[in-house]
Amino acid sequence: MASKKSWPLWEVFVRSKNGLEHRHFGSLHAADAEMALENARDVYTRRNEGVSIWVVESKHITASNPEHNGELFEPAQDKVYRHPTFYEVPDDVKHM
Amino acid sequence: MFNTIVEKYIMKNEDLYHYLLEIADNSLILGQRLGELTGHGPSLETDIACTNISLDLFGQVRSYFQYAGKIAGDGRTEDDIAMLRKEREYKNVLLVEQPNTDFAYTIARQFLFDVYHLLFLTELEKSKDLNLSAIAKKSIKEVRYHTRFSTDWVKRLGDGTEESHSKIQKAINDLWPYTNELFQVTEPCQAMIKKGVAVDVSQLKTNYYQKIEAVLNEATLKAPDLKYFQKGGKTGIHTEHMGYILSDLQYMQRTYPNMEW
Repeated sequence: MASKKSWPLWEVFVRSKNGLEHRHFGSLHAADAEMALENARDVYTRRNEGVSIWVVESKHITASNPEHNGELFEPAQDKVYRHPTFYEVPDDVKHM
Repeated sequence: MFNTIVEKYIMKNEDLYHYLLEIADNSLILGQRLGELTGHGPSLETDIACTNISLDLFGQVRSYFQYAGKIAGDGRTEDDIAMLRKEREYKNVLLVEQPNTDFAYTIARQFLFDVYHLLFLTELEKSKDLNLSAIAKKSIKEVRYHTRFSTDWVKRLGDGTEESHSKIQKAINDLWPYTNELFQVTEPCQAMIKKGVAVDVSQLKTNYYQKIEAVLNEATLKAPDLKYFQKGGKTGIHTEHMGYILSDLQYMQRTYPNMEW
């Protein structure tokens, strides 16, 4: 159990059957990338959820600081013109 | 005349029935052993991995026993076959009934069985019996993953810390005497080999030990040098562990006959 405590944390991204992109599914502990993939397969795809798995060690993710939410995100709130809602999308274009 | 035909028919089916038990009981008992780890795995991730493997094995068992039930032709169901036999009527090898003891034993037992299981299913896929070949084809993907899982762990433990190395080496040493039985050809098996139905397991032996030793070498482990091996399981003579496994496995059906989940 001592060794388990020192296993680093990994973030798991799974692309589901009909999904177009990998989504964050959760996290788990593993000694290295190979083990993280196998663990992710067993923990997150055993109910037939996925067709592809990415794992990345959590420490490699740089997260924004919640304290900076004001300056980062609030300026975008009143800029509706940045949404491309003024275009008509042809029927043949899917997944917009 | 009619009687001889009936007798021949029954005999043929009896060999096939027993051969099915020989295959399926390995998965049944190993699945039961792995199932004991539910909630006890050394970590959440390995716990789920081991019980996933257990469920794969039970799934395979169902296919074999549904087929065996048809062969028996007397109304026996897959549950009857799984739950209601006596100890001597189980034909699994001794290897799969060995206890979990610790994670090293669980992995060593799995590895020693998986490598065999994969070789076996690869051959069973070529069986003239279309039911067996279909079950083999479906199971082989699962077993390929089991083999990958247990092989990786043997390497990790062997080439890991001093403690993990000595633990997995001890487990390999202790379970080694049970490996040779995997290649024993029983009478029902022999009869089915002649019909092109069964796998001649004696032919898998060299390949098996080569594969095992290659992994052990990579894991900095040693293959034990043994001349005497244990056997008996395939003919129903089991180790002292079997009774305990069956009392767990059969408890519900014995206590509440015909109960359903």
